[in-house]
Amino acid sequence: MSENLLEVRDIKTFFYTAKGIVRAVDGVSISIGKGETLGIAGESGCGKSTLAYSIIRLVPPPGKIVGGEAFFTGRDVLKLSEEEFRREVRWKGISMIFQGAMNALNPVYKVGDQIAEPLVLHKGLSKAEAYKRTYELLQMVGIDPRRAYNYPHELSGGMKQRVMIAMALSLSPSLVIADEPTTALDVVIQAQIMNLLKNLKKELGISIILITHDLALIAEISDRVAIMYAGKIVEHGLSEQIYYNPLHPYTRGLVLSVPKLRGELRELAWIPGAPPDLRQPPPGCRFHPRCNVMMPSCAKEEPPLIEVEPGHYVACWLYSSGSR
Amino acid sequence: MIRLSEGMPEHSLKLDKKSILYVENLKTWFPVRRSIIDVVRRKPRLYIRAVDGVSFDIKEGEVFALAGESGCGKTTTGKAILRLVELTDGKVIYRPSKHLFEELTSTNPSIPVVDKYMGIEISRVPAKNFKPLRTEMQIIFQDPYGSLNPRLTIYEVLEEPLVIHEIGSTKDERAELVSRALEMVKLTPPEEFLYRYPHMISGGQRQRVVIARALMLRPRFIVADEPVSMLDVSIRAEILSLMMDLKKQLGLTYLFITHDLALARYIADRLAVMYLGKIVELGDTMRVIENPLHPYTKALISAIPEPDPRNRLKIRDVPIKGEVPSALMIPPGCRFHTRCVALERSPELMELCTKKEPPLIEVEPGHYVACWLYCKK
Ligand SMILES: Nc1ncnc2c1ncn2[C@@H]1O[C@H](COP(=O)(O)OP(=O)(O)OP(=O)(O)O)[C@@H](O)[C@H]1O
Ligand SMILES: Nc1ncnc2c1ncn2[C@@H]1O[C@H](COP(=O)(O)OP(=O)(O)OP(=O)(O)O)[C@@H](O)[C@H]1O
Ligand code: SF4
Ligand code: SF4
Ligand SMILES: [Mg+2]
Ligand SMILES: [Mg+2]
Repeated sequence: MSENLLEVRDIKTFFYTAKGIVRAVDGVSISIGKGETLGIAGESGCGKSTLAYSIIRLVPPPGKIVGGEAFFTGRDVLKLSEEEFRREVRWKGISMIFQGAMNALNPVYKVGDQIAEPLVLHKGLSKAEAYKRTYELLQMVGIDPRRAYNYPHELSGGMKQRVMIAMALSLSPSLVIADEPTTALDVVIQAQIMNLLKNLKKELGISIILITHDLALIAEISDRVAIMYAGKIVEHGLSEQIYYNPLHPYTRGLVLSVPKLRGELRELAWIPGAPPDLRQPPPGCRFHPRCNVMMPSCAKEEPPLIEVEPGHYVACWLYSSGSR
Repeated sequence: MIRLSEGMPEHSLKLDKKSILYVENLKTWFPVRRSIIDVVRRKPRLYIRAVDGVSFDIKEGEVFALAGESGCGKTTTGKAILRLVELTDGKVIYRPSKHLFEELTSTNPSIPVVDKYMGIEISRVPAKNFKPLRTEMQIIFQDPYGSLNPRLTIYEVLEEPLVIHEIGSTKDERAELVSRALEMVKLTPPEEFLYRYPHMISGGQRQRVVIARALMLRPRFIVADEPVSMLDVSIRAEILSLMMDLKKQLGLTYLFITHDLALARYIADRLAVMYLGKIVELGDTMRVIENPLHPYTKALISAIPEPDPRNRLKIRDVPIKGEVPSALMIPPGCRFHTRCVALERSPELMELCTKKEPPLIEVEPGHYVACWLYCKK
């Protein structure tokens, strides 16, 4: 085995709806090393959250993981029984901060109780020990521990999001998946949350998968970046490779569409059209209906994800010698 | 120490010949419902001071951005100008086209006119007489998903304003106007879209329909309330460039509401930053972004992430403390004083900052700031 903490291979997760099969994640491979941060970006509906849910095995019905492997610390956790996964992996090994989660706090319990409860249940701590750890966790995410006695509605949005982060950290996981952790928050609070994640990364050495549609945010923290389109990874590499030398036409469009606050004022680019219906993705390269450099062969055969320079992978016929 | 002349003006803006809109000390307060017990105990009525004394002007043909964090009062400002919410106080002057001005003044001799300027003091026009003004003043709402009636076809959505304002005498004439509008927002061929419902088109296309609807009555002034924030970044620039083309083509003026300062940099001529119901800084967009003066603007700008991995691991220094107070309890004096780090470094201002509201004054040509740090001693 390599030294990757998590290695996902060819995972497929489909939703079996009345109107057809939604191929939300359709053969995705990613890996993440210890202490590393991987950013996953892509337009709304491309399957980012579904990928995250698949890794932590909480895909909601009618979704199902229908293929692939996910090696976490060396063993395929997709093969574990739900019972084993819950006991050994979920929250303890891999935890998740859910999209829009700050509204998921239970309004009738004090936030401290909500953090302490899993510590009692999963870790078998006594109530006093659990509360001690709760204070530590709150401190760690920059909240005055006295706030443990507040109800969720007494906290601001940013504080609630910090509580969610504290909960994700409570069982000391080695990998945290953060799905749009700041999307509903203002920039000042967003910057504070990102600073917090950076500190956690530095001080605790945890690995982070940051999922967001915001490429500016991903650049703030990620060592590597994967770009997802219509259920597939179309490009991934080191952050520098993705931002300074994007190769896939989709990635190029994305990178050039992000407004910058500083530096040269180049005209913003856009990607014409809209992402496809994942019940009937286009044949060949899924991006071809929107691609401005599409070639006739693109609609026929799907481009494989190949390594074009060390660590930099692209799925596009422009970079495959076998294309013509 | 600083001496304050009594009766110092709230701001140093002036009504200008180039202005299409002039807003002075605009306030919209929402009363908070009191319980019976509160009434019996004679607790004073509380107000959410959503917009609390906003002043600015917009030049004809410009894109004027109004920025600030969630809840600072951007949308309410836009709605108050168009009288979609009540004004508590303040003055709004709009300069209509010549023919609308003549129509308004001839049909309604009591309409409040600002003579030399050919303007109408629209804040004094009763809501029931506002209708003719709506042909020239339109709004594009924040949410392309919620702002279209799901039961109406696109044709019906676009025909509606024509029917309300009695434009186009026959059905054919209106159909023609609807098709033109769809072409204008590049939903072509129009026949392909006319009979679809909103759920049958993408988010970007929906926002084009919303823009087309705002254009049906040939407006001159449009409040665009976060017109792209619900859309994927990848398609935002397409809608923005369409809006900028239309502006040129039709001679529009935009009040562009956004929480995204980076975006404002690409489209806005001037930028105003709001905090808790008030404008704290106003000036040329580039100038404000490159040389922010107000402590709040400084914090806001330093918080904005950059799409550049060089910053990775660098902890962002955001010079601000605490949290946004409630609009129910706006701090006295400078409303930013509870969060201001500059104040900590200038304790001699403490008395002033916590007691007296700073006016919005011009500190360099065209650059206005509401902060005691910049007031002459
Ligand atoms: N419960 C469900 N039933 C049916 N389809 C679903 C369900 N959940 C998600 N999908 C579909 O799966 C696809 C991927 O959705 P997912 O939420 O993973 O996207 P995402 O990239 O996280 O989007 P966003 O940026 O909007 O959060 C979409 O086409 C979505 O409509
Ligand atoms: N109809 C209303 N009744 C009571 N309070 C309101 C009403 N509309 C807005 N508010 C309050 O007024 C304040 C300003 O709201 P507004 O919607 O103008 O902010 P905004 O700057 O547009 O925020 P956002 O960026 O979230 O759209 C908020 O505190 C809001 O809760
Ligand atoms: S494979 Fe073809 S259609 Fe797909 S991104 Fe590359 S050039 Fe464009
Ligand atoms: S007026 Fe005083 S408290 Fe307000 S921003 Fe300026 S220095 Fe800070
Ligand atoms: Mg998602
Ligand atoms: Mg708003």
